[in-house]
Amino acid sequence: MKLIKKAQAGSFESSDILILASPVEEGEGRDIQIESGVFMQYGETIEKLIHQVLDQFEVNDVQLQIHDKGAIEPVILARMETVMQRALEMQKGTMY
Amino acid sequence: MRTFNFLAMNKNKIGREIPKNIEGIGELEPYSGAWKKLKKGWMDELTSPPPNKAKMPHADKVCDTLEEAIEKSNPKDGMTVSFHHHMRNGENILVRSIDILAKMGIKNITLASSSLNESHNPIIKYLEDGTITRIWTSGIRGKLGQAISSGVMDLPITIHSHGGRVRAIHTGKISIDLAIIAASAADEEGNATGSTGKSAFGSLGYAHIDSQYAKQVMVVTDDLVDYPCYPLSIKQIYVDFVVKVDSIGDSSKIASGTTRITKSPMDLRIAKLGADVIENSGFFNEGFSFQVGAGGASLAVAKFIREKMKRKNIKGSFLLGGVTSYGVDMLNEGLFKTIFDVQSFDAAVSTSLYNNKNHIEISAGHYASPFNCGCVTNKLDIVVLGALEIDLDFNVNVITGANGEVRGASGGHSDTASGAQLTVVVCPSFRGRISTINKRVQTVVTPGETVDVLVTERGICVNPMKPELEESLKKAGLNIKKIEDLQQEVEKIVGKAKEVKYSDKIVGLVEYRDGTIVDVIRQVIEE
Repeated sequence: MKLIKKAQAGSFESSDILILASPVEEGEGRDIQIESGVFMQYGETIEKLIHQVLDQFEVNDVQLQIHDKGAIEPVILARMETVMQRALEMQKGTMY
Repeated sequence: MRTFNFLAMNKNKIGREIPKNIEGIGELEPYSGAWKKLKKGWMDELTSPPPNKAKMPHADKVCDTLEEAIEKSNPKDGMTVSFHHHMRNGENILVRSIDILAKMGIKNITLASSSLNESHNPIIKYLEDGTITRIWTSGIRGKLGQAISSGVMDLPITIHSHGGRVRAIHTGKISIDLAIIAASAADEEGNATGSTGKSAFGSLGYAHIDSQYAKQVMVVTDDLVDYPCYPLSIKQIYVDFVVKVDSIGDSSKIASGTTRITKSPMDLRIAKLGADVIENSGFFNEGFSFQVGAGGASLAVAKFIREKMKRKNIKGSFLLGGVTSYGVDMLNEGLFKTIFDVQSFDAAVSTSLYNNKNHIEISAGHYASPFNCGCVTNKLDIVVLGALEIDLDFNVNVITGANGEVRGASGGHSDTASGAQLTVVVCPSFRGRISTINKRVQTVVTPGETVDVLVTERGICVNPMKPELEESLKKAGLNIKKIEDLQQEVEKIVGKAKEVKYSDKIVGLVEYRDGTIVDVIRQVIEE
């Protein structure tokens, strides 16, 4: 699927994750930047989870800016799902 | 850079590998148990004599500048310079003094500050250029900690407890050539205090021992008062030089307001459980003595204990330690008879220390040194402490962060844990996805045999060495779990973390209060 617009989900709070998704040209692939206080411990698992949700939504071309403040996996999944639904206009939210 | 080849290692009582000997530091004695060395009744090491000094009547000690005083002290390569950390992040005398010594070309300095914090980041350059080659401290934070963890120094730093530092000075392991003691008020003879003046910071407890043992002692103040200056925290009989400066630091960071109890629902929940544990421990009785840490859940326990004391009409004997305005409020309400103050945490405490005869300044040795006829921590009934991590053996880490870097302080943690009848560790079960309960802590500061109970929002774990305590807490209906089960429970939530990678190079030694080595800190390998 192709992203329709920029979207964000999550917050800068401790134990949360802030995800900004932006559409890119078709064929550009997934550009994922992750900043995390627990990157050393969980960087790989965070990345895996992000790809998993992108696969679920069949999104191949996207730019993601991710600021993680130690979110556990269910939180990462929830924020990722929300940001995708917003960017794909599957959900009408207040934050764009 | 020298490379280290440790030929031989010893395993200490808690299974940590301790090198037998480190070139440039000497032989290391492995930790053998919290009270093993005390049971003897004396210390095997000899105490080093304090220096002999004399002054002619009416001789002048006052110097106009810090530069002049430091020059007069005739600094030499290889010297040991000591400082105290009573001004916390507002302190600026340490960095200024090292700047002066560096400009004079002094090399190979041993820095012996009672602790180091983020205001001391500017000294990193002196670790790189060989001005400072050895460090003794209770704690390190910020970029300085990261630099040390990345291996900027050849010799490992030594982390001591507040009580352990006094022991190390008594035995001459820390042999201070020049003690530079900042004070918020002093007179021309060097009588000095931290409890009055524009930069008042409260107790000067950590600096007493420096003044008595340093070969030369310099009092630095921004408030030179008419003779005599009192209360006599530092006494003129020990002081060689008195320096008047414009400012000993940033008073907004030294003496800022009052300490507030946390509003974090998680911390308050943990604190409430901690207070419930204390209430049902058998130690919450008339005349009990009490110490809490100054931050987060630990301080919040005091709020709930205060309520319980009022409800049950229980009065305590003394409050100990790092003192906050919250403790002062409890003193003023008559809930405790006395405060013994080795370190003050906010402005209101300095005022109380100055005005209230029941609020008493004590030295670090009186507070926590293991080798005297009984420090005050030995009289402590209940202590509430924090933790960065705790392991299945109840060993506590308060010195290295999740990424392996030095970012904490030993402080009075192991001293109070060893002395108190009931040692309660309060902490959330995880912080920002980092579990606080691990199979093995990265660095042990306080050995598990001195820790009785862990309180988290997810459950309470009692050290198996204290079955009666577990029984009475269970009877009170508290949620008691095995620490192994809690560790698994938390790991399921946060996931298994990738472990920190360390090299063989030892960047820090963690001394137990009796001078044995409880653990080592290794260089972190950045990926």
